[in-house]
Amino acid sequence: MTSIAKPVIPLVALPKNELGLSIRDYEGAISTLCAGCGHDSVTAAISHAFWELSTPPHMIAKLSGIGCSSKTPTYFVRGAHGFNSAHGRMATIATGANAANRELTYIGISGDGDSLSIGLGHLAHAIRRNVNMVYVIENNGVYGLTKGQFSASADIGSRLKKGEANAMAPIDPVLLSLSMGATFLARSFSGDKAQLVPLLEAAVAHNGFALIDVISPCVTFNDHEGSTKSYRFMREHEVKEIETDFVPIRKEIRRSIADNDATEVTMHDGSVVRFRSVPEGYDPYDRQKVEDYIRTRQDRGEIVTGLLYVNEYAADVHALNNTPLQGLNSVPYEKLCPGSDALTKMQQSFR
Amino acid sequence: MAIDTARETPVRINDFAIKLANVNGTGSASANSLLMQAIFRMGIPVSGKNLFPSNIQGLPTWYEIRVNQSGYTARALDYDLMVAMNSATYKEDIHEVRQGGYVLYDSSWPLEDDLVRDDVTFLGVPLATICIENFAAPRERILMKNIAYAGAIVALVGLDVQLVSDLLAETFARNEALRESNQRALRLGYDYAIEHFECPLAFRVEALGALNESILIDGNTATALGCLYAGATVAGWYPITPATAVMDNFTRLCAQYRRERVENPAPGELEYRNNYLILQAEDEIAAIGMVLGAAWSGARAFTSTSGPGISLMNELLGLAYYTEIPAVIVDVQRTGPSTGMPTRTQQADILLCAYASHGDTKHILLFPANPHECFEFAVQSFDLAERFQTPVFMLSDLDIGMNDWVVPELTWDDAFVPDRGRVLNDADLATMGEFFRYTDEDADFVTPRTIPGSDEKGAYFIRGSGHDKFGKYTENPVYYQEVVDRLKKKHASAATHLPAPIIERMEGATIGIITVGGCDLAVREAIELLGQQGIRADYLRVRGFPFVSEIREFAERHGGCFVVEQNRDGQLRSLISIETGVPIELLHSVLAYGGFPLSAQQVVDGVHAELEKKS
Repeated sequence: MTSIAKPVIPLVALPKNELGLSIRDYEGAISTLCAGCGHDSVTAAISHAFWELSTPPHMIAKLSGIGCSSKTPTYFVRGAHGFNSAHGRMATIATGANAANRELTYIGISGDGDSLSIGLGHLAHAIRRNVNMVYVIENNGVYGLTKGQFSASADIGSRLKKGEANAMAPIDPVLLSLSMGATFLARSFSGDKAQLVPLLEAAVAHNGFALIDVISPCVTFNDHEGSTKSYRFMREHEVKEIETDFVPIRKEIRRSIADNDATEVTMHDGSVVRFRSVPEGYDPYDRQKVEDYIRTRQDRGEIVTGLLYVNEYAADVHALNNTPLQGLNSVPYEKLCPGSDALTKMQQSFR
Repeated sequence: MAIDTARETPVRINDFAIKLANVNGTGSASANSLLMQAIFRMGIPVSGKNLFPSNIQGLPTWYEIRVNQSGYTARALDYDLMVAMNSATYKEDIHEVRQGGYVLYDSSWPLEDDLVRDDVTFLGVPLATICIENFAAPRERILMKNIAYAGAIVALVGLDVQLVSDLLAETFARNEALRESNQRALRLGYDYAIEHFECPLAFRVEALGALNESILIDGNTATALGCLYAGATVAGWYPITPATAVMDNFTRLCAQYRRERVENPAPGELEYRNNYLILQAEDEIAAIGMVLGAAWSGARAFTSTSGPGISLMNELLGLAYYTEIPAVIVDVQRTGPSTGMPTRTQQADILLCAYASHGDTKHILLFPANPHECFEFAVQSFDLAERFQTPVFMLSDLDIGMNDWVVPELTWDDAFVPDRGRVLNDADLATMGEFFRYTDEDADFVTPRTIPGSDEKGAYFIRGSGHDKFGKYTENPVYYQEVVDRLKKKHASAATHLPAPIIERMEGATIGIITVGGCDLAVREAIELLGQQGIRADYLRVRGFPFVSEIREFAERHGGCFVVEQNRDGQLRSLISIETGVPIELLHSVLAYGGFPLSAQQVVDGVHAELEKKS
């Protein structure tokens, strides 16, 4: 991503979305991350996805924890409401915000340190509650802001810049979430915007917790020979057998659709996720098959990307609690306070 | 054999204490609270203190009933009647009875000789034998012993047996079998006592009509009611003794009062919607995180916890303070440090809450003294949190929260309008050039906020990292200090908006006593006892932090004063000294921190000890 501030008013006529907004309206402040950081590519993909979906910026809540990844919400959709919280705690804040107002679109940006170490418990329970939000892990295998310690996603044998090799088994957010009952699971690569944008769009459309693990190389601390989260390693080991298109509701189909046998998933809002290609025998609704496939490929040293698992029929936290369709924050006080007569009556039982 | 129970004269009306020693998990709690409730229904001021173990079944547990016509119902330390139902604690229980008092025990088995005291009267009731003879089911034979001893006590202290019988009928209105067994057991115990002892004893009850405007309620129920009436819609919590019942009650109340009927529901749709969402969190960190997320989004949100939970919440409490998000935290204090004694009371989270989290932080604290104030302060907590955009702690404790108290009936003003504080809506934003989160402070140093979902012009990036008054990231010393200095002034400004201290001056007073929370009744009684000894005392009860100037003035009035509180280190004393500048040497601690509710005698003894040191 460029390190030069972009003009808010475009010098050339940029295409407009349904709201009459251009991609510039979905961008944010200038990034202060290292030049070439994978995270900036994810930022660009997020801006693009929201622009393409024509989501009103003020109806987006963007949240993060602490770390390099957690800085990025500043860099997209400046008109969205942002919350840069505490290390590992973003999922809890997002859960509360979503509880109070289900009408916004929630996107949380986290990293492998934020999500897989200090915040792992909160991630697990946000999955369990099926909070309706997009949860992006910008996964680079190291702690960047504290200068390059291994994170919990570092692969066995992966080497730090100074040569030290990691000996402990990695926590794979996709396999972990799959076993915990997550309802939307994808993996992608920050270097592949063409894949990431439709994944983000499908994640927004998903009614529940949508996790996207994005391998996003750290150019400063983990992009060297011996790293398994480098650009080079990903280019050489990524397997893109599962390809999906996102077909927004009420919109022309922009992407080419390969054949008529493709599996389609109709999302909660009426949009469609279409699997353009999947390997023989692959079933994105079958947890066991998905896990077998990912593990088999991992054993071969390959990283499978794409929309790996989806279940559009699970109840989210609001459906489970039978809350109103409007946000709880807009229920008028008159409906919340039982009043003096009720208090008098109820106290008959306190005698 | 009729035991002569009338050897003690003179007769004492409505002024005695009973202690019941039981084994937990054997069903004694309902018999004990039945007695307390019956005394309350006769219009007599009474308290019931449950001194229970952190255990589900098999360990010693005690219940104390204090009856006092003047309303001094703090814990008594000398007992007129010991109901010794736990052979494992016979020795210490019998030892605690005052000279001339009584011990009621199960005489199905003989009492060992070394337990007998000459200066107390033993009242043997063969409870086990009676229940085996009269009940067939093994479970009933155990449970009904409790109601049987309650029946004996009804006779011994002159309670209205019909009233107790009516209470049982109410309690078991829906279970005929249990109703019948309980009524039978009550009569068995009652009749045995009437037949074998001279009833009533010298200390006894006489009906008063004084409590028509009063209710019997525990603090946790009252707190939940306050949160309901304040309009809280989101709660995040993690189970912890002694706070769990706050959320249990809130859940129950919401299910009753917060379900809104759906007009013409579609096929398959439910007929109601819940105007609330209660989230049982994975830990207390998540619980407070949920509260912050919901409050950021404009809902009234709260959590209830105890000391260990506050420890875990510290990180995000600092975030709330620095980013200025309203939050209500109910801390039902228990005995620390660490796990401490989870079922015992203390007031040892005062400093923890006042300065919770790293860095320079100060919070608003409210200190209710009883369930009535729990209700009122819970409502006020939400107004204060939103008015000052900051966490507000309500510090209850186990004694207030889990015991039943006789308090004035709760009242509600239907004209009440919640103070939502300074929130800009889209119409407000439309009139503005630009919105910056931490500018345009009012007289209380509060700046207006926006709610997510409001117009893009009101969008900003809330952050716990260093920020300037525009809400932008900063590492600049001047811009950083500008924000944290305003936060300090904002906190100080809240003082006059909190419940004012209760101050009662006495003609000719030579000492002053400051206290807090549930110490209230014991200190008032102690002041009466000290007065009888010629020591006249002024009284001040702190109800909020930050402190108003009256607290400093009071502390300095008599050349110093006593500070009564339930913790080891004199935390309120320290806080007063730090925050008002009163030299700490002028504040003399009177402390009780063993885990049981405070008694007046402890206060009197503590004051005497300090006075001796001074002289």
